Amino acid sequence: MEPFKKVISIITPLDKVNVDTDQIVPKQFLKLIHKSGFGKFLFYNWRYDVNENLKSDFVLNDSKYDNSKILVTGDNFGCGSSREHAVWSLQDYGFSVIIAPSFADIFFSNCFKNGILPISLNQKTVEKLQQELDTIEVDLEKQIIKTSSEDISFKIDSYKKKILLEGLDDIAQTLQFEEKISKFERESKVPSVL
Amino acid sequence: MNIVEKILARASGKSSVSPDDVVFANVDKVMLHDVSGPGVIKVFDKLKNQGISVDKLWDPSKVWVAEDHFVPSAEKVSAENIVKLSNFTKKYGIEKHFKYGMGQYGICHTLSHEEALVMPGDVYVGGDSHTNTTGALGAFACGLGHTDVAYVLLNGNIWFKVPETYYFKINGKLPDHVMAKDLILKIIGDMGTDGGAYRTMQFGGSGVDDMSVESRLTLCNMTTEAGAKNGIAEPDQKVIDYLSSRGATNVNLVNGDDDAEYAKIFEYELSEMEPIIAKPFSPANTTVVREAPSVELDKSYIGSCTGAKYEDLEAVARILKGRKVKIRTEILPAAISIYQRAMENGLLKIFLDAGVTVGPPTCGACCGAHMGVLAKDEICISTTNRNFPGRMGHIESQTYLSSPLVAAASAVTGKITDPRDLK
Repeated sequence: MEPFKKVISIITPLDKVNVDTDQIVPKQFLKLIHKSGFGKFLFYNWRYDVNENLKSDFVLNDSKYDNSKILVTGDNFGCGSSREHAVWSLQDYGFSVIIAPSFADIFFSNCFKNGILPISLNQKTVEKLQQELDTIEVDLEKQIIKTSSEDISFKIDSYKKKILLEGLDDIAQTLQFEEKISKFERESKVPSVL
Repeated sequence: MNIVEKILARASGKSSVSPDDVVFANVDKVMLHDVSGPGVIKVFDKLKNQGISVDKLWDPSKVWVAEDHFVPSAEKVSAENIVKLSNFTKKYGIEKHFKYGMGQYGICHTLSHEEALVMPGDVYVGGDSHTNTTGALGAFACGLGHTDVAYVLLNGNIWFKVPETYYFKINGKLPDHVMAKDLILKIIGDMGTDGGAYRTMQFGGSGVDDMSVESRLTLCNMTTEAGAKNGIAEPDQKVIDYLSSRGATNVNLVNGDDDAEYAKIFEYELSEMEPIIAKPFSPANTTVVREAPSVELDKSYIGSCTGAKYEDLEAVARILKGRKVKIRTEILPAAISIYQRAMENGLLKIFLDAGVTVGPPTCGACCGAHMGVLAKDEICISTTNRNFPGRMGHIESQTYLSSPLVAAASAVTGKITDPRDLK
């Protein structure tokens, strides 16, 4: 995974709550397993009409958001199925930060496995951020979001922060300690489970 | 400690754990299917490119694989994914691969109980969000993303933050026309689709004691729709009998201590319950069936891990016996073993006489994949678990979620119907 750097970008406001993974990437694309190229399926039914033409009334199709890396959205983002394809789509499309009042559990966890930073902020702050028209800066190192008018601090688990900043992937990182793990397994008093 | 705390303490080698503790738990069972399997294979390929050994799994005997979402293969990508899965199980020596067209197979969550693959007290994870279902056996069961499943396959453990537990004390007895599905829809309607976020939803009380294991499976299945980490039912002799009749031996129960703590306690009285549906487009958008909108239905779908267990099919047969369906109706038993029992006990004849099409076990149209998806503007009543826009087909189709009894009664009238109002 690439180390997570400061993100400077305008935000894309997606003013919806309970956005489920069926809306993030519909089922017909789950058969595909290449991790790249999923961006074109992101929010498929909101972005395209039946003839696969872009719908002009959907926020992502407004060209001013073309280079936005920050999605600001509503409560319980990513609910529904465990499909990791949802995170692959957001990432491939170009988002590296998602800000919402709350996230669904499995989706939240999947973000960190793929180098996306999900940030929970209170409802009022999220609503204010959705109105922000200027470029904002997300500084993971300092845990601060800088807007034209204020600095907003956010919380993150220190381990998760480290893996994003160093671009470590959970599995790769753990397997660096394979020898120690095997030794622990051999000597551990943890009862073996059947 | 409550049940989940006890299970996680045992699995992480600790004498006790409390909510918010982070524990590294040994995993007892892992499940993959034809969507998460190819995703995991992709993660393995990536690890291999990074020079990490993916030559062997931690313990192939604790892994099983289901073919359920895209079987029977409707086109070549799905067919190729099944080949990939087969190559994977062969390469890693996974013997429990339930293949379409070769005896017992079915929806992964259904196999977990039909084949007694998970025991009470187990830590069980799967590459699917409805892995929660199996908590009905008294196990800690939850879904993971592909990367996490890959990690477990290689290492046999994973970390969890011990969840807080919401205790649902269910009193009384289910009335004849009410099913566990009505209760869980009621609960989701009350708490919302994120009301259970990162919590355990534990079901107990006289109402749960009185329920069959299969009804408890329905309750735990849809804890996912409340955003819960997992669902669990207090296990009892019924669980031992259920698993023993499916070949399990030495079934031991883990139950909570008398002084177990819960973050919140909710009480529900079953005798006061009425049939309930969830209207489009959220499982929390509930109403009692007698106040449902009067819509012309196009289809009734009886399938999925939520609503096509043997007990569900029996309920449907009770309604359809001697009646005819008025709208397109499909019944897809959730596993071959259920299909077979339905045949032996005359249920299939009742279904076919009523005009229903009986299909093979598959996730099929529940996730809008294939096997009877909805056209634009079509309206379906369904025993499944999600009714998000486009979930069962066209983005402008609509799904009402209901119990098998309501789905069958509605199939007979063509309108959303309370089984009590059927002539």
